[in-house]
Amino acid sequence: MKKLNKSFWIGIVFAMVLYGVIQILLTTGIFDDVMESTLILICINVMLAVSLNLINGITGQFSIGHAGFMSIGAYVSAILTLNFDVPFVLALVISGLVAALFGVLIGIPTLRLNGDYLAIATLGFGEIIRIVLLNTEYVGGASGLSGIPTQTTWTIMFLFTLVTVVVINNFINSSHGRACIAIRENEIAAEAMGINTTLYKIIAFALGALFAGIAGGLSAHKFYVINPGSFNFLKSFEILVMVVLGGLGSTSGAIVGAIVLTVLFTVLQEYPELRMIIYSAILILMMIFRPKGLLGSTGFSFKKFAKKEAKPSDSINS
Amino acid sequence: MTASTAEVLLDVQQASRSFGGLKALSEVSLHINRGELIGLIGPNGAGKTTLFNLLTGVYPPSSGSIILNNESVGGMKPFRINRKGAARTFQNIRLFTAMTVLDNVKIAFHQHAKHSMFTSMLRLPKHFSGEGEITQKAMDILKIFNLADQFDELAGNMSYGNQRRLEIARALAAGPKLLLLDEPAAGMNPNETRDLMNLIAWIREEFDLTILLIEHDMSLVMGVCDRIYVLDRGMLIADGSPLEIRNNPKVIEAYLGQEA
Ligand SMILES: Nc1ncnc2c1ncn2[C@@H]1O[C@H](COP(=O)(O)OP(=O)(O)O)[C@@H](O)[C@H]1O
Ligand SMILES: [Mg+2]
Repeated sequence: MKKLNKSFWIGIVFAMVLYGVIQILLTTGIFDDVMESTLILICINVMLAVSLNLINGITGQFSIGHAGFMSIGAYVSAILTLNFDVPFVLALVISGLVAALFGVLIGIPTLRLNGDYLAIATLGFGEIIRIVLLNTEYVGGASGLSGIPTQTTWTIMFLFTLVTVVVINNFINSSHGRACIAIRENEIAAEAMGINTTLYKIIAFALGALFAGIAGGLSAHKFYVINPGSFNFLKSFEILVMVVLGGLGSTSGAIVGAIVLTVLFTVLQEYPELRMIIYSAILILMMIFRPKGLLGSTGFSFKKFAKKEAKPSDSINS
Repeated sequence: MTASTAEVLLDVQQASRSFGGLKALSEVSLHINRGELIGLIGPNGAGKTTLFNLLTGVYPPSSGSIILNNESVGGMKPFRINRKGAARTFQNIRLFTAMTVLDNVKIAFHQHAKHSMFTSMLRLPKHFSGEGEITQKAMDILKIFNLADQFDELAGNMSYGNQRRLEIARALAAGPKLLLLDEPAAGMNPNETRDLMNLIAWIREEFDLTILLIEHDMSLVMGVCDRIYVLDRGMLIADGSPLEIRNNPKVIEAYLGQEA
């Protein structure tokens, strides 16, 4: 247990040094505003990828509706600061909790579904959220909300990212996180060993949604405008590709995947139509050359990607 | 002990289960007293595993009742039945293959964890004491099964025989009163089988267990079981002492019918 504690503190010290170095580069002007925006975007994507990894990589539930939770957080926090003068950080916390609540509400009916069916349900959830936002006058319809106070500073962003990574990693490396991994590994055996699999799937969904919601809030308060179009299926897919690139089931992998893809897209900003091709190419290349992801700990196959095992009726009887 | 005075741990009454048109189990009634080691035998496809699936909640019974420890558990979710004191192994091994040997056993201890999710997320002192206790208990179980030196290996990388033993260790870690073993010796050579049977007899004493053991090889259970139930085509065709079963014409017929 001491060892666990030690690696935890090494991580914290590393994060602080990283923060300090970047802070120096920013204040001395070596890193300009564009660079700062990129760094913040990287952190937002790290939050999204690490939280999605908890659902897909750790618990083995194939969700592709993460942009939906992100948009809930973005809209809730923006309305709170714009219309109700709620302090920024409080607005972020509330937006995360609302997203988590949606995670629970969506999770209860859909988590009975397996693999592909769950994927379709979560995809549908993301699209429903987007279409509701699109048709709601109060949140600006298609043009969305603008004039959101740009309160997401590099320091706040870094702190929230650090908290996300630490809390999720602490969860994963505990008996509760192991319960989630057991569900991924063999749901029938997990249930037979006393794990309330439904409860832990919902917990994973809620925790993932919580941090995706906060990431959405931070994003809204960085980029000034939000509209339903920025939380479409492509965004959900992008987060999924980050997780797969890094390696399903690995938090450090999700971080690396988020950094690599964000940098790649910032460099290729002028060619947005290339994104879809790049996503597909990455997925195919990963499957062929690095099925476990750049840093992955668990095998990546389409089966694992979607779900963990055969349906109960297939093989329980023999 | 005599069956009449001993306390009944498991009481199954008229349990049936159909899959579509197939009646996998019809009106099976049996009971197990505390401390007994009972064999459940029968040819392939007789419904032995299906009975286990009903007892552990994988499927609800189509009809009939299952009483475990004076409580009706028929149709209860598997994790609840496990917490009520029935733990099982699977005929086709179901380990958490990408987890370590130690973590496999720790999963079964999770239901007894004393630290909440939030103490873990914030790494409060309770997290460390709770995790420490689980690790300690899991290592103790691994030592009993001679698996302690492989605690850090992935379960999927272990030898077949050790995987079977690990599954029993994991079931034991849940702290059951009733241990259900589904063909634990399947695929083992005679030496491994003998060791396993000795181990089962030993843990039964050590952990004060009641055991229901599925085996389709009749000779294997004869030596260790107090009583034996025989299933054939979903129906209970005989029960009694190993000697009675060995000489029961119905049983002989069921087995001959299969091998012929
Ligand atoms: N989930 C299921 N769906 C359909 N048929 C099943 C299912 N489970 C078991 N069966 C059938 O029930 C019968 C008994 O199977 P089983 O209990 O596995 O036998 P045993 O363990 O005695 O070899 C078999 O004919 C099997 O095909
Ligand atoms: Mg069987």
